[in-house]
Amino acid sequence: MSETLVHGDEHEAHGPEQGKGILGFIKRWLFTTNHKDIGTLYLLIALASFFLAGAMALLIRVELFQPGHRFVDPNLFNQMTTFHGLIMLFGVVMPAFTGLANWQIPMMIGAPDMALPRLNNWSFWILPFAFSLLLSTLFHKGGGPNFGWTMYAPLSTTYAPPSTDFMIFSVHMLGISSIMGSINIIATILNMRAPGMTMMKMPIFVWTWLITAFLLIAIMPVLAGAVTMMLADRHFGTSFFEAAGGGDPILFQHIFWFFGHPEVYVLILPAFGVISEIIPTFSRKPLFGYSFMVYATVSIALMSFIVWVHHMFTTGVPLGAELFFMYTTMLIAVPTGIKVFNWVATMFKGAMTFETPMLFAAAFVFLFTIGGFTGLMLALVPADYQYQDTYFVVGHFHYVLVPGVIFSLLGAVYYWLPKWTGHMYNEALGKWHFWLSAISVNITFFPMHFLGLAGMPRRIPDYALQFTNFNVIISIGAFVFGFSQLLFLVNVIKTIRGGKKATARVWEGAHGLEWTLPSPPPYHSFVTPPKID
Amino acid sequence: MLNRLNLCRIAMLYSVLGLCQSLQAAADPWQLNMHKGVTPLSHDIYDLHMVALAVCTVIGILVFGVMIYSLIHHRKSKGHKAASFHDNVRVEILWTIIPFLILVGLAVPATKVLIRLEDSSESDVTIKVIGHQWKWQYQYLDQGINFYSNLSTPFAQIENQKPKDQWYLLQVDKPLVLPIHKKVRFLVTSNDVIHSWWVPELGVKRDAIPGFMHEAWARIEKPGVYRGQCAELCGINHGFMPIVVEAVTEKAFDAWVAKQTKVQDKYAASVNKPKEQKVMTRKALMEEGKAKYDLICSACHQPNGTGIPPMYPALKASSVAVGYPISRHIGIILDGVPGSAMQPYKEQLSDDEVAAIVTYERNAWGNNTNDIVQPADIAKVRNAEVIKPKMVKKVLSGGLR
Repeated sequence: MSETLVHGDEHEAHGPEQGKGILGFIKRWLFTTNHKDIGTLYLLIALASFFLAGAMALLIRVELFQPGHRFVDPNLFNQMTTFHGLIMLFGVVMPAFTGLANWQIPMMIGAPDMALPRLNNWSFWILPFAFSLLLSTLFHKGGGPNFGWTMYAPLSTTYAPPSTDFMIFSVHMLGISSIMGSINIIATILNMRAPGMTMMKMPIFVWTWLITAFLLIAIMPVLAGAVTMMLADRHFGTSFFEAAGGGDPILFQHIFWFFGHPEVYVLILPAFGVISEIIPTFSRKPLFGYSFMVYATVSIALMSFIVWVHHMFTTGVPLGAELFFMYTTMLIAVPTGIKVFNWVATMFKGAMTFETPMLFAAAFVFLFTIGGFTGLMLALVPADYQYQDTYFVVGHFHYVLVPGVIFSLLGAVYYWLPKWTGHMYNEALGKWHFWLSAISVNITFFPMHFLGLAGMPRRIPDYALQFTNFNVIISIGAFVFGFSQLLFLVNVIKTIRGGKKATARVWEGAHGLEWTLPSPPPYHSFVTPPKID
Repeated sequence: MLNRLNLCRIAMLYSVLGLCQSLQAAADPWQLNMHKGVTPLSHDIYDLHMVALAVCTVIGILVFGVMIYSLIHHRKSKGHKAASFHDNVRVEILWTIIPFLILVGLAVPATKVLIRLEDSSESDVTIKVIGHQWKWQYQYLDQGINFYSNLSTPFAQIENQKPKDQWYLLQVDKPLVLPIHKKVRFLVTSNDVIHSWWVPELGVKRDAIPGFMHEAWARIEKPGVYRGQCAELCGINHGFMPIVVEAVTEKAFDAWVAKQTKVQDKYAASVNKPKEQKVMTRKALMEEGKAKYDLICSACHQPNGTGIPPMYPALKASSVAVGYPISRHIGIILDGVPGSAMQPYKEQLSDDEVAAIVTYERNAWGNNTNDIVQPADIAKVRNAEVIKPKMVKKVLSGGLR
């Protein structure tokens, strides 16, 4: 802290000089411990992964454009579904939110930097290596992991390609990175708040990240345990998931979903936070029911630990368990409903304007809610027998994750990019991006519900003729959606390189400490703690 | 014997085709909603689904209605001034309790249906369903019938070389025949990885877990052909293991049962008299071999025999497929390789079929051994006249050094 104060003024706009030329550039980014630099790195790796995993999705959609074997053989198809899932979760959404947390949390709570800057550096720089390891498996003999991101045993143990071990190690590294990042975020939020900022005065984005960080610390070791058991089954002669040796393949699913369901909320809670920041700004009205929003977030997080079996209703769990998990799963709709109602109440009687971030936020409320409705339908066990493992489920979770989580991320970038770069983005281009995305995302994911109800299972590389029509529509939608994301890329690059100067406040209705800093903010956000009234 | 089986099969296929045309002219390519199905459970599930859908629609209209209203009217460009309210405990409690009550309303019928769904007692017919990579095996436990049900869509259709049938990827060589108006209990398990036996119109989906058996049941109300697919990712050919259920009247079912070969006697004839096997021409062997290879073997070993090493070894120029004794080649097909995806085909394939596959593998893709393997050779190996080759310990023989 004292060191920060001493050299704070010299480095207003740039990081510490590490030497000249390429070596200096590499050292500047490799050794950086600054929250904004690391936030930028996180966001860039997420952006790159987004286009990579998106390209994989398009490869899947090319194959599914018509029935019959076209471009992708079934083994590669399965690898693509596996990697699309793994990279979108671990390579896009989680790093992107960690990037947002790195940029925003110190600025929002009035701190100079994150609490543990070196840990911060380490938790980022594990990622590129973990992803290299993961992606290298695609070029291994026998191909990469081809058992879906859920890696159900024994398909992922006895019957898996040798490259699975690389994936396991990569998952370990990703877990370490997430845990360290979460420790840092918790330490920052609990210790570095400006004087006078009590917990219940924290911006809601900070709250949601605090809860998310606790969730991550709780679940990442569980995932690490699951994949380690896989490793032991594969090589050390254990039989955790092998009935012949006294194990149980369903044990894997229990452990995996004990991680997997809270993981879903790891992805969505920060998105809730972002939306709860954007909507009040553009409605020019404070967030409705702040304290209930916090309570709802906490209760969603707690309940996420007691609903995991709803991913496995068809595996033959006993009736009592089915009933219990059906009730808890339905119950989670209550706090989620509170969130949606509060957002609507925030917009109600506001003075709304519709800049690009607000468009994405409004679309989020609509489309995430649709994903929530199908989620409620999926909770009903008997109906789930018909939905489970079909395109209905694919439609459901893509509604939650694409127009849900991804839209909130896009909205967040448009919302804070002027603050980060000091330049306004191109509003017309942003609006084009939004409308193309919002329309095509529905063309892509809505017909999936129909396909699932009509009987199309998920993760199949070829399908019966009756499913052709909607698959054609879905593929067209997917391509429009995929290519309209290039507008986002162009807009972000243009904004970084220049553009209209942004004011400190940027948005007329913006409130919060980050808007009291100039745009772009100084290298060490708050050298002296701000005063909170 | 086998000829008669084939005749049966063809007759059955025709009857299946006939039924399709009369009962369900075609699947609806624009189907939007869930199948109503043909069992009491599938009706219950459908009703529950519709209730949930209706509830969601009503809530959606209300919430989105308010939201759209404010999106239209409460905008700055219309000169609307922002109000400053931001808290109301009463409203919060209201929109906590009302959704809760709606959920209770939904949970009651769901619970009722679920309890019925899990009650598979007092069944009339018991079928054991066993998932294999990538086919289903059905055992009629009371009738002593046991058979495998393979995808019957020709490989050429999958490769787009021939026009696709109406039931492309949803047709099998031997459907599961069930009586109507009887409580049929399914015991679902798996031989290798997790599969899921799903027939939408029966309202049955049950994961097939290796080493464990779980129950499901159905009482079919209408004769007809009902199609489903494996619903749990089970490896490369997950999309190619359909389920076809043919529901017939009780009389027809009994007649069908009477016609089936019972367990064990399929090979009884050939086991004792290996020399009476028919002799096939090279052309016939190669043709049938290619058809069977493309259908069964090519998922792993690939259509061009290169495999996906190291998981699935190449057959092209492999020591097994071009080396001698040929009995080793035959033995691997019959007995499989324990702990791998290569399952024993002893019970799934007839001597003719294995002979055809072996001949094809030994002569395709430049494996020009010119060997012709006859069904009699297969029978010989099947009857264990040949001592199995010793397992080679790779570590000791320098494989890993």
